Amino acid sequence: MGAGVIAMEQSTEKPKHLLDFQGWSRAQVESLFETARMMQEVLERPVKKVPALTGFTVATVFFESSTRTRLSFELAARRMSADVLSFSGATSSMAKGESYKDTLLTLDAMGIDAYVIRVDAAGVPHQAVKWLGKPVINAGDGWRAHPTQALLDAFSLLERLGTLEGKKIAIVGDILHSRVARSNAELLPMLGADVWLCGPATLLPGELPKARLTTDLREALQDADAVMALRLQKERMDKGLLPSEPEYIAGYQITRERLGWARPDAPLLHPGPMNRDLELEGTLAESERSLVERQVANGQAVRMAVLYHLLVGRRG
Amino acid sequence: MKGELLIKNVRLLDSRGEHGKADVLIGEGKILGLEGGDAERVLEADGLVLTPGLCDPHAHLREPGQEVKEELATGLLAALRGGYTDVASMPNTTPPVDTPEAVMALVEKARNLGYARLYPAAALTQGQEGKLLTEARLLKEAGAIMLTDDGRTNEDAGVLALGLSYAASWGLVVSVHAEDAGLRRGGVMNEGPLSYRLGLPGNPAAAEAARIARDLEIVRYVMSRREGQQPSTLLHVQHLSTRRGLELIRQAKAEGLPVTTEVGPHHLTLTDAALESLDPVYKVAPPLRTQGDAEALMAGLLEGTIDCIGTDHAPHTLAEKEQDLLRAPFGIANIEVAWPLLYTELVLGRGFPLPTLLERFTDGARRVLSLPPVRLEAGAEASLMLFDPHSERAVNPAEFASKAKFSPWAGWKLQGWPVMTLVEGRVAWAHERLGVGT
Ligand SMILES: [Zn+2]
Repeated sequence: MGAGVIAMEQSTEKPKHLLDFQGWSRAQVESLFETARMMQEVLERPVKKVPALTGFTVATVFFESSTRTRLSFELAARRMSADVLSFSGATSSMAKGESYKDTLLTLDAMGIDAYVIRVDAAGVPHQAVKWLGKPVINAGDGWRAHPTQALLDAFSLLERLGTLEGKKIAIVGDILHSRVARSNAELLPMLGADVWLCGPATLLPGELPKARLTTDLREALQDADAVMALRLQKERMDKGLLPSEPEYIAGYQITRERLGWARPDAPLLHPGPMNRDLELEGTLAESERSLVERQVANGQAVRMAVLYHLLVGRRG
Repeated sequence: MKGELLIKNVRLLDSRGEHGKADVLIGEGKILGLEGGDAERVLEADGLVLTPGLCDPHAHLREPGQEVKEELATGLLAALRGGYTDVASMPNTTPPVDTPEAVMALVEKARNLGYARLYPAAALTQGQEGKLLTEARLLKEAGAIMLTDDGRTNEDAGVLALGLSYAASWGLVVSVHAEDAGLRRGGVMNEGPLSYRLGLPGNPAAAEAARIARDLEIVRYVMSRREGQQPSTLLHVQHLSTRRGLELIRQAKAEGLPVTTEVGPHHLTLTDAALESLDPVYKVAPPLRTQGDAEALMAGLLEGTIDCIGTDHAPHTLAEKEQDLLRAPFGIANIEVAWPLLYTELVLGRGFPLPTLLERFTDGARRVLSLPPVRLEAGAEASLMLFDPHSERAVNPAEFASKAKFSPWAGWKLQGWPVMTLVEGRVAWAHERLGVGT
């Protein structure tokens, strides 16, 4: 990694945490993407490792399990030479009486420099900031926010589209319960995009500040510059929010035909893990339109950049 | 006649209004007179205000079974420090208070403590399960002051109709936590733009309004079967939180239905915007609503559609409240701050008439519980609050008598703090600075 990154880092006032995008400016996000591009170069080398975070210890604290996100963060930290401490324990199976606070303070006593927290309930990373004096990265909290996912989505879209200014991005699926949708609806408009959120009426929130909501898939996809399908949790059927899978497929599955409503080259995204033949028709995920693999690869670079910004920015 | 305590130069305030300064002589559990006299102890109270003791129709004191959160000894002392002399405790304990023996045990224990007086509410249905009615008559004999399944909602309209009808025949009011369980689902905050943005399950205002509308229909039905008998109150709607719920009750009262309602200090002074912090200390049921709802509730309190302040004092342990917003229990401990909070925010902050606020804390609540009003006059029972309208002090939860030593109002600078509470002529609690032993 070049000295240019360091110089750039020192020139901007950076937020101390990544909980959501409140307190983040467009310039800060763009500066983070600048770093991520350099990290991409690192990832293309035969030896995919830099010493930037030597001596730092990053804890991944997953109160909700998620193999992909955890691996992505841990690999990102290791590729920057940080030590990694993993804690996982579903909230439901946490030792009787042991709270989030107890768990985090116990880890803190081990000398952690940054926390990556995933949890099934909104707000825990915010609470953690009050308890810990260290940078906290939200790796997904309940239905609320998943900022690194939105960053890698935006980064992948920028790679393909060049700019997000004036671009129509359609996000389709269970918007109500989606932290991915909420974080994208926060970040993409900040970068100039026009975000449309589309799903069954029972799976849409009443409103979101910077996005347009619709139950009409055609309206959402029409002339879209990019389309993102969200994972549909099967438990929505059990809770009575959706009549059946065939009903969802009939109304909201992204098919080749429906993708034709979007602009001819509009890329297709999915945050994974995917329910094949539910959110997306057949092999669409492997088609030339799909950015799914780029999303995973870019997740690495973006998470390296986030760790770098929050940790080195603090020390510097 | 020689009294036990003379409170000199004190401003008098009761539901009727301010009555100037007096030298209040207290003895034999009563106000002996307002024109001074000999007393064993004399308290110079210039600058302080004497009122009837506050009455809370809705507090969760957690005994029996949940003493880790609160117990009578802490909850009733907290009440005294908040200026309360009379407290109705909710029966959603472990096990629920649904037998005459359980009621008597609470009454006995509270009497021995000598703090605020306890009026236990008992369960409306056995085990608060919403199926079989409890023994209203025997419960009343044992000392129960109302029946309620609070802590839960009354989902079966038929059971509520039977319960209202039966309780009324023994002169007991039924109070309800009016929220439709299906509409509120797993809601942990007010449903609206903020819940959508924060990704938290919302509890819509419609959950309260729909349930109140249903319950008022049940009251109309029950009344139609009680031709000629007009109880003063049949149904008490707890912790009103929405503008729409208020409108429904206003209309019902205009019709003459025997319905009363209360509002909590938190629903008057906090809004759903507090959830922006994502701090579970603000998680309460029904949830904190919008500024518009809070304004409507203040207007309802002023006009009298809302009969009284019910604290819904609901202590939990800090560890319970430090869970996440989905798992942390609902409830705020507030009985020690209710009076200074509303004195400061409503009277000083918004010009709300002081005698009206006092009425809602005293006679309004007593009416719900069928307790007689209290006047500051010779011969009246000396269960009284003395408060300081001037000195400002920040809320410091570490000093609470309640076991729940945290508060959404921590750090708020309030005036109107109680400095002494008398129960039946006895100084049950006094702030050290008065130099009056208890
Ligand atoms: Zn309640």
